[in-house]
Amino acid sequence: MAHDTPIAVRSSGHAGWVRLTHWSIAMAVLVLAFSGFVILKAHPRLYWGNAGNDLTPALVELPVSRNYRHGGWTTPAPFYRDVGSPVSAARTFDIYNENGWARSLHFLVAWFVVLPGLGYLTMATLTGHLHRHLLPGRTDLARGSIARDVALHLRLPLPRAPGGPPYGVLQKLSYAFVVLVALPVLVITGLAMSPAVSAAIPILPTIFGGTQSARTLHFLGFSTIALFVLVHLAMVLLTGFGRQIRAMTIGGAP
Amino acid sequence: MKTRELVTTRRGLLTGLASLGGLAVTGCSETVPPTYGNLLRMGDLLNYKAQRLLLSTGSLAREYDHRDISSVPAVGTTDPSDSKQGAFSAERGPLYDRLKAGAFQDYRLSVEGSVARARTFSLAELKRLPSRTQITRHMCEEGWTAISEWTGVPLRTVLEACGIRPSARFVTFRPFDEQADSIDMFDALHPQTILAYGMNGRDLPIQHGAPLRVRVEKQLGYKSMKFLQRIVVSDGFEDGGKLGNIQNGWSWYAGI
Repeated sequence: MAHDTPIAVRSSGHAGWVRLTHWSIAMAVLVLAFSGFVILKAHPRLYWGNAGNDLTPALVELPVSRNYRHGGWTTPAPFYRDVGSPVSAARTFDIYNENGWARSLHFLVAWFVVLPGLGYLTMATLTGHLHRHLLPGRTDLARGSIARDVALHLRLPLPRAPGGPPYGVLQKLSYAFVVLVALPVLVITGLAMSPAVSAAIPILPTIFGGTQSARTLHFLGFSTIALFVLVHLAMVLLTGFGRQIRAMTIGGAP
Repeated sequence: MKTRELVTTRRGLLTGLASLGGLAVTGCSETVPPTYGNLLRMGDLLNYKAQRLLLSTGSLAREYDHRDISSVPAVGTTDPSDSKQGAFSAERGPLYDRLKAGAFQDYRLSVEGSVARARTFSLAELKRLPSRTQITRHMCEEGWTAISEWTGVPLRTVLEACGIRPSARFVTFRPFDEQADSIDMFDALHPQTILAYGMNGRDLPIQHGAPLRVRVEKQLGYKSMKFLQRIVVSDGFEDGGKLGNIQNGWSWYAGI
């Protein structure tokens, strides 16, 4: 059925700089997700504020490695006489820690998001791509148009889509969210955790509520990207996989 | 004419390449950490250079209030005299044990290398020098943080008391356990880089590095080496060999 429906709109296809930055960022995000997970496994506890460790309460503990709720601490010794004094204890448990390579890989591959990302945002602004194709216009936000687009996505088979803009309103909203909100927040919360960056730009951890809050938001930001990637891949599969991949690689108007 | 030029260029290029290779092998006159051809170490070097280029080296790490002081885990070596610990030194562990038994009365910090007057300091001598107290955040590479109050003498004061040679570029820390680590002069001369003998208003506890540890506030926790025995100032980069970070698969620079 889907194959009989002609594509309603003509597309100009994806520009070369879109394809280049798309794949650099897509591959880098894959490696960052992997190395980020390895880093998370070394300390699978998330906190809010500036200080957070095994001897302070966590917001959430993730059961992702043998470090999850590991015992192995000497009896905590208080620093001061007052009740509720901060304590110290020595670790007696041999933790999972592969951060030597995982951190270095994470910070190397991050360049392949940051530099193409900056190039993408510059080009998208200068060429009008951002305005014409990604930011929802008046007709996109007209009463009922979002509901219509949602209804369209809930019926299978999905109509064939062109490989490239113009995009539907849900597409515009999700792409704009990823390039303007999620990826920048991931990069900035990442930088906010760096001791040298946070010293040079003290506002970075502060705007997120502290170093540990930035770390928690980094994880949540990644979770939204992961969700986006899953939905994105599903849509590519359901709207004409071969044509979509061709349009994003060798290019041309599909 | 043209041929000669070409030959000269090629010879120059070959000489250049050969000397580059030589530097990579010997590493002693290097002014940057070696990468040993490892892609990850090249990334570490890129991030070191990028941070030194883009960030002000003199900026101060945030200092907190007394009420922000948090609990703090003790990890890594927690007693260099304990032979069961991973980085135990058969040579210096027993020495540490004797010093500990004498409440570090006989402890001497040795400052040597590229200084005009190599010398040692007792704890009492270090405590007589102008001190600095700072409440800062310790960021562990594992992902946790802790806020503590540190009291000590700025490393800069100690180095200047020995006369830093103008050619000096790096400062290497040699502790009582089997480790070695170094920082560049930007971090070594930074006002918050202190040799701490006090923590949270008392003597530095054994498990946090007694009698003396360094605090490098703009790098990850593992750069703040505990249990210091010797400080070596050098003109070239020294990676500490098997005791250092690089050959153990870790980034030497940890400002990120």
